[in-house]
Amino acid sequence: MSVEMLKVALIGNPNTGKTSVFNHLTGLNQQVGNYPGITVEKKIGYCKLTRHRKAKIIDLPGTYSLNASSLDESVVIELLMNKNGDDFPDVAIVVSDVENLKRNLLLFTQIKELEIPTILVINMSDRMKRKGISIDIPVLEKELNTKIALVSSRTKNGIDSIKTLLQDYKNISSEACLDTSLIDVTYFDRLKKAFPNQSLYKLWLVITQDVNFGKIDKKPMKDETSFSFATKSNSELKRLQQKETIARYKFINDTLKKGYVVDKSKATDLRSVLDKVLTHKVFGYVIFFGVLLLIFQAIFDWSSVPMDFIDSSFASLGDWVRHTLPGGVFTDLLVDGIIAGLGGIVIFIPQIAFLFLFISVLEESGYMSRVVFLMDRIMRRFGLSGKSVVPLISGTACAIPAIMATRNIESWKERLITILVTPFTTCSARLPVYAILIALVIPDQRILGVFNAQGLTLMFLYLLGFAAAIISAYILNKVLKIKSKSYFVVEMPNYKLPMFKNVFINVFEKTKAFLIDAGKIILAISIVLWFLASYGPGKEFSDAENIVKSEVVNQELSTLELDDKIASYKLEHSYIGIVGKTIEPVIKPLGYDWKIGIALVTSFAAREVFVGTLATIYSVGSAGEEEGTIKQKMAAEVYPNGEKIFTLASGISLLLFYAFAMQCMATLAIVKKETNSWKWPMIQLFGMTAIAYVVALISFQFLK
Amino acid sequence: MHTIATLKKGEKGIIQEFDIDLIPLKLIEMGCLPGNLVELVQYAPFHDPLYININDSYVAIRKETAIHISIKKVS
Repeated sequence: MSVEMLKVALIGNPNTGKTSVFNHLTGLNQQVGNYPGITVEKKIGYCKLTRHRKAKIIDLPGTYSLNASSLDESVVIELLMNKNGDDFPDVAIVVSDVENLKRNLLLFTQIKELEIPTILVINMSDRMKRKGISIDIPVLEKELNTKIALVSSRTKNGIDSIKTLLQDYKNISSEACLDTSLIDVTYFDRLKKAFPNQSLYKLWLVITQDVNFGKIDKKPMKDETSFSFATKSNSELKRLQQKETIARYKFINDTLKKGYVVDKSKATDLRSVLDKVLTHKVFGYVIFFGVLLLIFQAIFDWSSVPMDFIDSSFASLGDWVRHTLPGGVFTDLLVDGIIAGLGGIVIFIPQIAFLFLFISVLEESGYMSRVVFLMDRIMRRFGLSGKSVVPLISGTACAIPAIMATRNIESWKERLITILVTPFTTCSARLPVYAILIALVIPDQRILGVFNAQGLTLMFLYLLGFAAAIISAYILNKVLKIKSKSYFVVEMPNYKLPMFKNVFINVFEKTKAFLIDAGKIILAISIVLWFLASYGPGKEFSDAENIVKSEVVNQELSTLELDDKIASYKLEHSYIGIVGKTIEPVIKPLGYDWKIGIALVTSFAAREVFVGTLATIYSVGSAGEEEGTIKQKMAAEVYPNGEKIFTLASGISLLLFYAFAMQCMATLAIVKKETNSWKWPMIQLFGMTAIAYVVALISFQFLK
Repeated sequence: MHTIATLKKGEKGIIQEFDIDLIPLKLIEMGCLPGNLVELVQYAPFHDPLYININDSYVAIRKETAIHISIKKVS
C-alpha cells in the first residue's frame, strides 16, 4: 500500500516557538543536513497523519520577512520561490506568537501572496490569560482567508489540530490577502508586460533581493537575466518596500481590530521586572560575568569526570583490541590510527555538550539578546558587534559552530572580523596540549600560598586567547577598509522558561553534527599520519631492525627497550620523520627538535593530534597510552648532548605557539565556506601562525 | 528636534517622517513607520544601544540609527 507524502514548510519569525512546534510534530524523527553548497542547517522531520499519509516537514530558518538580509533567511525565499524544487511545499505553516501577532502576520501575508496554501499557527496560547489577550478565531480565519490552529507548544495543547488541518490541506486557501502591485500600479503594469506569465509578487521579490542582500550573501536568482530592472534606483525600491510594509500593517491592523483584543489591565509583566535587573548598568554586567564563570566552571571542572572516563575507556579498548587481534599492520592501523583518532574526538563531547547546553538555555530563555544589548557598545570599540559575544564564547568549545554562529551579524565587516578572530579563543582542542605541557614544565606549587601555579598558567592562557582575539579585532578594524552599513537590529524577546525537550534536541543535534563533521577529518588525518609514520623510503626504514641491533650490540637491553629503539629509528626514517627533520632548522630557534616538529606539522590538521603524535613518536604505543607514561617519556627526552628538550623555556614557547597558531583544517574549511573565498582562511593561516612563531621565538630566546 | 536617541527612559513619542535610506528595512518591518508609537524601555551605558518598544515590538538599535528617527514626544 502506498503512502502519500505531503510536503510541508514550517515558517516563522524567530522566537515564536517554531522549533518547539517542529519538535512536537516530529519528535526525534529528524534529519539535520545542509542546503547544497552552503552551511545553513536544513532540518527535516516526519510526522504520520493517517495510515496512508505522512507529512515531510522542513523547519526553515527563522525570518522576519521575505526580504532576506542574511544567508539563513535567503534559504527560505529560494525554497518558496522555486516551484520545481524537490522541497517546494504543498502546504506552508506559519508559526506566530500570540503576543506578537501583529508583527508575525507581516510574514504571513507575504507567504500568502506567494499563493501557497497556508495554515496559521498561533502559538503560546498558554500566555493569553496572563497577558489579557482574547482572540476570535472564526473572525480571523475569515479575514485572513486561512485555517488557524491555536496551540501551546509548552502544554502541547492544539498540536493535534495542526495534524487535522494538514489532512484536510486541499481545502486551505491559497489566495493572497492583499495585492502588492497596488503600491505602484504603473511600475507593476510594466513588469507584467515584460513577464506576462510570472507572478508579480515573485518578480517583485526577485528585484528587491539585490537591495537587501549584503555583499557576500548575494546569490543570483533564477529567470531574471533578460530584463533590466535598473528602471528604479535602490532608494526608490526601498521607498516602495516601505509603502508595501505600510500597506501590510494597515491590513493587519484592520484585521486584528475585528478579532484580537488585549486588556492591558489584566496583563502581568515579567519582562520589565527582569529587565530592570538583567539589563542594569551595573548588575547586568555582574550577572553576565557570573554566567560566564558558571559556563567555564562547567566546561573545565564538571566535564573532567566524563572526559576521564572516556579517556580510560578508549585506552582500554585499544589495549583490548591489540591483545585480542593478531599483531600486524592492520591491528596497528586500528589501534594507533583509528581508535586513538576516535578517542581524540569523543573526549570533547562532554565539553561541547555542556557548552551547547548553556548557549541553548541562554538563547531559549531570551537572555542572550540582553547580553548582546549590554555588550554591543564595548565590542564595537574593537570592530565587533554585540552579537560577536556568542561566537567568542562558543569558540571556547570549538571554532566551527562559533563561526557558524556569526551569521546573524548584519554588518559584513563586523561579521568578518568576528570570523577572523574567533580561532584565537582557547578551543577545547588546545586543552590536551596545554594539559600535558603545563604538567611537564610548570612546577606544581602554590603561589602566595593560595593559587596553584599550573592552574594560573591555564587561566592565563585562556585570558591570552580572548586578549589576542580582541586586540587583533581592534587592529583588523583599523586595517580593513570595508564599507558596510551597520544595521544593528536585535529583537528583545519575552523571557521564557527553556523547554527541556528543545534544549535536549538542540544539544543532541549540535553535538552529533560536531562529532560527525570534525570526526571525519580527524579520523582521516589519523589514518594518513599513521601511514606516513609506518612507512618510509630507502633502506634505513626497511632495514631498521638490523641497523639498530648492530648499533646496540654491546649494550644490555631488554626486548621491550630494543623494540622501542627500533620503533624510534623507524620513525626517524619514515616519511613523517623526514618531514620533521626537514623543518628542524626553522623551529630550532623556538626550542623544538624534529620530533616536536612532526607533532607541529600534524597539528595543522587538528591541535589535539599533538599528544597522540608525541605518543607515537616517543614509541610508547606498546606500553599503553596513559598520560603519565607519555609525560615521563617527554620529561626524559634529551638532545644528543644531554640537555633536556622540554624545559621551562621550550615548554612556554610551545604553549604560546599553540595559543596563537592557526592549526585546524576544519576551521579553515568552514571559514572558506562562510566568507566564500580562500583569501580569508589563508590570511588566518599565515597571519596567526606568523604571530605564533614570533611570540614563541621571543619567549624561548628570552627564557633560555 | 527630538529623535529616539533623545528620549529618556520611559518616555514615549510618535514617529515622524524619516530618511528611509538611513534606516534598515528590518526595523521598518518591525513597525518603525511614521505615526507609530515608540517608547524607550532601557539604554546601555553611554546611551547606546537603545532598547525600545516600537509598535508593540521590543528591539534594540544603535544610537547611530536612532538619531535619524525623529519623533514627537507624547506624555
